[in-house]
Amino acid sequence: MTDTLPGAAIPNPLDEAAITAAVEDAVAAIAAASSLEELKAVRLAHTGEKSPLSLANREIGGLAKEHKAAAGKIMGSSRGRVNQALAARTSVLEAENDARILVEETVDVTAAPRRRRAGARHPLSTLQDRVADIFVGMGWEIAEGPEVESEWFNFDALNFKPDHPAREMQDTFFVEPPEAHLLMRTHTSPVQVRSMLEREVPIYVLCPGKVFRTDELDATHTPVFHQFEGLAIDKNLSMADLRGTLEHFARLMFGDEASIRLRPNYFPFTEPSAELDIWHPGAKGGPRWIEWGGCGMVNPNVLRAAGIDPDIYSGFAFGMGIERTLMFRNEVGDMRDMIEGDVRFSEHFGMEI
Amino acid sequence: MRIPLSWLREFAQVPADATAEDVMAELVKVGFEEEAVHRPTDALKGPIVVGQVLSLVKEPQSNGKTINWCQVRVVPEGQEQTLTGKGIDPSGVQGIICGAHNFVEGDKVVVTLPGAVLPGDFHISARKTYGHLSAGMIASVRELGIGEDHDGILVLSRIGLDPEIGSDAMELLGLYDEAAEINVTPDRGYAFSIRGAAREYAHATGTAFTDPASKVQAPAELSGGYGVKLNDDAPIYGKPGCDRFVARTVRGVDATRPTPPWMSSRLRLAGVRSISLPVDISNYVMLELGQPNHCYDLDKLSGDIVVRRAVAGEKITTLDEKVRTLDVEDLLITDSSGAIGIAGVMGGSTSEVSDSTTNILVEAAHFDEVSIARARLRHKLPSEASKRFERGVDWQLAGIAAQRVVDLLVELAGGTADEAGTDVGTAPDAVTIELPAGYAASRIGIDFTEEQITGCLEDLGGAVEKTASGYLVTAPSWRRDLETKDDLSEEIARLVGYENIPATLPVAPPGRGLSRAQQQKRRLVQALADAGLTEVLAYPFVSRAANDTFGVAEEGAARPALKLANPISEEHGYLRTSLLPGLIEVARRNHSRGFRDLAIYEAGLVFLPGEKLGTESIPPLGVKPADEVLDGLYDGVPAQPLHLAAVLTGHDSPAAASHKPRLWDWADALDLARLMGDVLGVELVASQGSHQAFHPGRAAQLALRSGEVVGYAGELHPKLLAAHDMPARSVALEINADALFEAAADVIVAKHISGFPVATQDVALVVPQDVPADAVLEALREGAGELLEDVALFDVYVGTGIEDGKKSLAFGLRFRAADRTLTADEASEAREAAVAVAAERFGAVQR
Repeated sequence: MTDTLPGAAIPNPLDEAAITAAVEDAVAAIAAASSLEELKAVRLAHTGEKSPLSLANREIGGLAKEHKAAAGKIMGSSRGRVNQALAARTSVLEAENDARILVEETVDVTAAPRRRRAGARHPLSTLQDRVADIFVGMGWEIAEGPEVESEWFNFDALNFKPDHPAREMQDTFFVEPPEAHLLMRTHTSPVQVRSMLEREVPIYVLCPGKVFRTDELDATHTPVFHQFEGLAIDKNLSMADLRGTLEHFARLMFGDEASIRLRPNYFPFTEPSAELDIWHPGAKGGPRWIEWGGCGMVNPNVLRAAGIDPDIYSGFAFGMGIERTLMFRNEVGDMRDMIEGDVRFSEHFGMEI
Repeated sequence: MRIPLSWLREFAQVPADATAEDVMAELVKVGFEEEAVHRPTDALKGPIVVGQVLSLVKEPQSNGKTINWCQVRVVPEGQEQTLTGKGIDPSGVQGIICGAHNFVEGDKVVVTLPGAVLPGDFHISARKTYGHLSAGMIASVRELGIGEDHDGILVLSRIGLDPEIGSDAMELLGLYDEAAEINVTPDRGYAFSIRGAAREYAHATGTAFTDPASKVQAPAELSGGYGVKLNDDAPIYGKPGCDRFVARTVRGVDATRPTPPWMSSRLRLAGVRSISLPVDISNYVMLELGQPNHCYDLDKLSGDIVVRRAVAGEKITTLDEKVRTLDVEDLLITDSSGAIGIAGVMGGSTSEVSDSTTNILVEAAHFDEVSIARARLRHKLPSEASKRFERGVDWQLAGIAAQRVVDLLVELAGGTADEAGTDVGTAPDAVTIELPAGYAASRIGIDFTEEQITGCLEDLGGAVEKTASGYLVTAPSWRRDLETKDDLSEEIARLVGYENIPATLPVAPPGRGLSRAQQQKRRLVQALADAGLTEVLAYPFVSRAANDTFGVAEEGAARPALKLANPISEEHGYLRTSLLPGLIEVARRNHSRGFRDLAIYEAGLVFLPGEKLGTESIPPLGVKPADEVLDGLYDGVPAQPLHLAAVLTGHDSPAAASHKPRLWDWADALDLARLMGDVLGVELVASQGSHQAFHPGRAAQLALRSGEVVGYAGELHPKLLAAHDMPARSVALEINADALFEAAADVIVAKHISGFPVATQDVALVVPQDVPADAVLEALREGAGELLEDVALFDVYVGTGIEDGKKSLAFGLRFRAADRTLTADEASEAREAAVAVAAERFGAVQR
């Protein structure tokens, strides 16, 4: 590329037609430039020191005084037109260039790597939190206790008579030596006893946690599982209050169409006692009743063991299995999936249930 | 408890077309959960008829066996075969091949005709075999699914039957009957009987009930019978082990007579094996009335029967032919020869009824629940008898049940009952309970009417007397579980129906929400998931070796741990003192399933026994223990702090196009530990750590500002990783979360934020290799004074230009003043002051 137009004569700055022709040439070349590089060449050719217009401009100095003003005016407006055309074209080409770069930078977003490992909560732990939140929302508090317990808290305080078959049915893990009377709690009910001993009446507490029974692990049993138990001690509580509480909770967990059913049963720590079924509208295979847990009115002997006068206060208690709840709520088919710690199980749930 | 429907119908109004499912649906309303249905016709389909063997030709076979080619009449002579179908011979005589040889021409047998289906989905059809067309089968009890005996086919005369040819053998053998199996809760011992089940069925349906006990005519008094003495010199809880013993004598019985099919089929449906007529009768009466009883061979007894506790070292051979050494607490039935039975648990073999028995002494006694339960546990001898005694048997039943056994022995075994009999013991006091008028209503939430209350309690068999303040209720003798007004409230609610209880929602007083520790735990558990880790829940059962390795820092120091008396597996017989063994096991399980890149964590309790372990005794139930006793119970429970631990193996992220994953390393473990501190606002001080489970040079000990060590983080020991088949360089951390919770500040005081410009200065210091970077950093921090905003290590260099045994640490220091823009001189001055302290403390030299 040269900086003069080949063969071009130096136009006379007073020759308006020639100057206009040079301007027209420049404007045409500017418009024809298809890239910023071409435009740069055009700019040098038409506005550079050796361009016709620059050369013509330089001629003004040699003109007669009376012509200088006219020539200056012609040249000024001519060069103005060219510069304007250059600026306009520059901005068009720059915009085009910017757009092209962005197009060139396109990536295949579907090939993106997962750089961050996505963590996950165990759904049993998430579900436990969710249940706790529902009761906290109702003004209840969450109580916790040790997993290795004194036999008294686990059995005697809960009105399990020594030598009664009900005690044996709990399939208890005992801690050595037997004389120490320690065991792994078979239910979260000892936390109820502790709550009654440690808190002032009225008491409304939910006790979630791990419990232990000597079952071998299979599709429906595990020696370690989780429960949540509720306990309310107040004046004038009746089984109607128990039913109302359970119904409210069931609806918050399973939707407005959920309802509950109570059937007579036996537990040493409640009298009357009931088995709790839930009408699960979203159950796999259609709505149906599902056994959910046990409940009843706190046995006066349990209140007495905690120093609460059963002639003044009454209470209700209920307990459900968290594994069982997860199994029917989230269609977990095999207990082992919840136990083995296969990361795929938790990761499928992420932070939610 | 299995309830054959035909039996139930004798005493309750069960509709003729009701199935076992229908019966269970009624019983569940009054508190008996459905367990299973036992219905022979689910596995057995006709035509199965009575046939008579007309001819039997023995045909020896080339394989050495001899088969019988039989012609069997299945339709009475002169009548037409009404059955049709492939293989049914219109003549009424079927040709059948039979391999058994225990029958002869003329015997009546059970013939399964073509089209029949036997248990095991065995379809009977006419088929060619041994050169004949065998059109059916002559069945054994085993093939019919009604017994174990498969030595030969069932010859009906041998079970006392001579039915008409062609009659329905399934009807004859009680195979159209079915049983409902229900779960009986431990408080309702009386329901382990047809008597109890029928009563409950009547409660559930509001229909009539006939008490089977009322059908037995027992004499009001017995005397002159076999000598029996009740000599319990060591009652448990003050209750005599035996408070009633009825003995009756039946002479001249034929113990070899077959048990009639109606009885054996009911026993079978009830899950009880048929043994011999006297034993079957004994079991039948137990199932019907709920009173366990025993038949002795009278001629094998010598001297009076004495019920007493065992003496040390005494032995007995029980009916199962096992020699058992007795405990002094065992209650025994004895005669002059010694023990002839463990009371209420199992009889002895010396006085057992056999085929040659002709004279029988029937025992029906009442034993104390606790005495029986303990003996059963000690000898691991759960029996139908002990199951009932442990849960309480009706004291009033003994005489009635003994009479029922006597009646059946007379009727079915051809015996003659002695007029004389024995009945010793003392009746317990009747239980009377005061039920205040509004009590049941206040506990149940239903306004029961007076009629409902008295009606329900009388239906149960109680006697109700109206008093000024309510009711005085005498509990029925079979309901020893009814002791309190709450027990009665439950009964009223149960019979009125739980479905009638309304729903009201009680309002709890204003709560405090989650406790601070509960909130802290949630934040911590969530933070690790947010950081990309996956939460798992491992079992707390570990080996002793695992505790000794992971639970204690110094090698060789024993870790006190709790041992389970009855673990699932001996290998995992201890409770964890560290979460890491469980996490490693979970990691390995994931590895074996093809997942090598892992970041897993667990929040859980560990069990750290101290010096005091439990309590020697436990206080009684139903009363609040004294404060010092309670304190003892609390103190005896071992410490169980919440720990949080993580194990990271392999890479930090999945490999992908344009992404190269990084191997987890020791610093990741430390970083996560620090994250946990940050989440709770607790400063964790890391220092070079030493823990046998970790790499000796790549583990940090984590401590609170107070100096309390709260955990470790770093690379696991290479030997340990190899031993556990874990990937090399796997890292881990474990922290006592409870300690962090406690260390967290209640209130965080705000820090002034200065808007003046920052002045940054870098410094490189050469120090000996063994000086920890953190210590140098601390020295700089101290030396730099108040103007220092932050200092961070950004490079560690060893190599050219640095003397052997030394390293160069590069720190960036950020200075800022609260009230002015710092000059370059001020910043440099502060830096030099910082370096001076490092130089003084560690001989640090600026590069």
